[in-house]
Amino acid sequence: MKKTDITIAVTGLNAIDSPGPGISVIRALRKSNYYNPRIIGLSYDTMEPGIYMHDLVDKSFQIPFPSVGIDNLLYRLKEINAREKIDVIIPNFDAELFNFIKLEKRLLEQCNIKMFLPSMKQFEERQKANLYEFGKKYNLKVPKNKTMHSLKDIDDIEFEFSFPVVVKGKYYDARVAYNKEQIADHFNRISIKWGLPIIIQEYVFGSEVNVTAIGDGTGKTIGAVPMRKQYITDKGKAWSGISLDDDKLLKITSDLIKSTKWKGSMELEFIKTSNDEYFLLEINPRFPAWVYLAVGCGQNHPDALLKMALGKKVNAFPKHETGKMFIRYSYDMIINLKEFEKISTSGEL
Amino acid sequence: MKIKNNIAVSDSGFIFNPTTGDSFSANPVGQEIFKMLQTAATEEEITANILETYQIDKVRFEKDFYDFVNVLKKYKLLEEIEKD
Repeated sequence: MKKTDITIAVTGLNAIDSPGPGISVIRALRKSNYYNPRIIGLSYDTMEPGIYMHDLVDKSFQIPFPSVGIDNLLYRLKEINAREKIDVIIPNFDAELFNFIKLEKRLLEQCNIKMFLPSMKQFEERQKANLYEFGKKYNLKVPKNKTMHSLKDIDDIEFEFSFPVVVKGKYYDARVAYNKEQIADHFNRISIKWGLPIIIQEYVFGSEVNVTAIGDGTGKTIGAVPMRKQYITDKGKAWSGISLDDDKLLKITSDLIKSTKWKGSMELEFIKTSNDEYFLLEINPRFPAWVYLAVGCGQNHPDALLKMALGKKVNAFPKHETGKMFIRYSYDMIINLKEFEKISTSGEL
Repeated sequence: MKIKNNIAVSDSGFIFNPTTGDSFSANPVGQEIFKMLQTAATEEEITANILETYQIDKVRFEKDFYDFVNVLKKYKLLEEIEKD
């Protein structure tokens, strides 16, 4: 079958020790049976490895940081689109999603660029600071949490929680604290990088299991693959993982997608206790960096999302293969200074 | 009791639990007992089978069998069979 040419812009090209999902998403898109993608990489930093991975990324452009605001982002995307005629954008960073969701309608109307994103309501109600309420609303077990806006709140934390606790940033980073001093230390380190508030979460003992899933926006689960982290880096990221056959976890996922009518990709992070209870730690409203495992298990989630973004009907994947593993590796690319110079000075490569 | 249905052991003694992602290695005798437990063989049947095949006294085997079953229980590889 002849594949259809299509231009897809993808963010999250930071394939580093705390990797963005972009490269996995691109590898999945290149495995599509229906599309022949031209990949436009959208980057924030000149050191994002994906910019230089020319076998995966055809052309890269720098875009403004999320904090610069949606008007600047729209202006830059229009500029890129005038040259590249983008069909679909797949954003992959938590911190940029607010802007892309805000721009979804305008990008479609003004540039005919399609996306397949959760609604602003879906995006907001699963925010880390709102997750406990979210759990109550949708009947999910969520560890108790509390937001901290200043170090003055530490005494309340000591009163309301028993140690250890998990100190989390608004978008990224999570560190375990065993006393007040460590909370203060983590509070300062994380807030400098990711801003306020900081979320304090009850620590639940167990093994970490995650799910990558996609919903069609009507309540139907198109695909879901559960994974247990087998090797975790000092940043808490999975360096290897294995796909699971866990009906209970899949049921929790499909119930969640059904009740929220989730639209688009998501990663669910759980702790499974020794009593086989599942505590929801986070909902990330995007693909995880390990989404390529789903492709290895017979479910190409980025390809399915692409089709839905283009308005095609997508059937749910009937099953996934279990016992498939992923293992990451690091790889030194040799880059000519000219390339670095080009992306640094002209904002494109 | 028997081994849960979705748990398999390979010819090399590699055991994989697809629900938890845990994997284990069993030696040849462990493998043999594991396979018998997959068929819901009783403790008496397993004991008789092993005593017939290997030179081991009953008391020693029962102690080792008890330890092995406890490990299987600990890792949630066993399930109880409902009695009629």
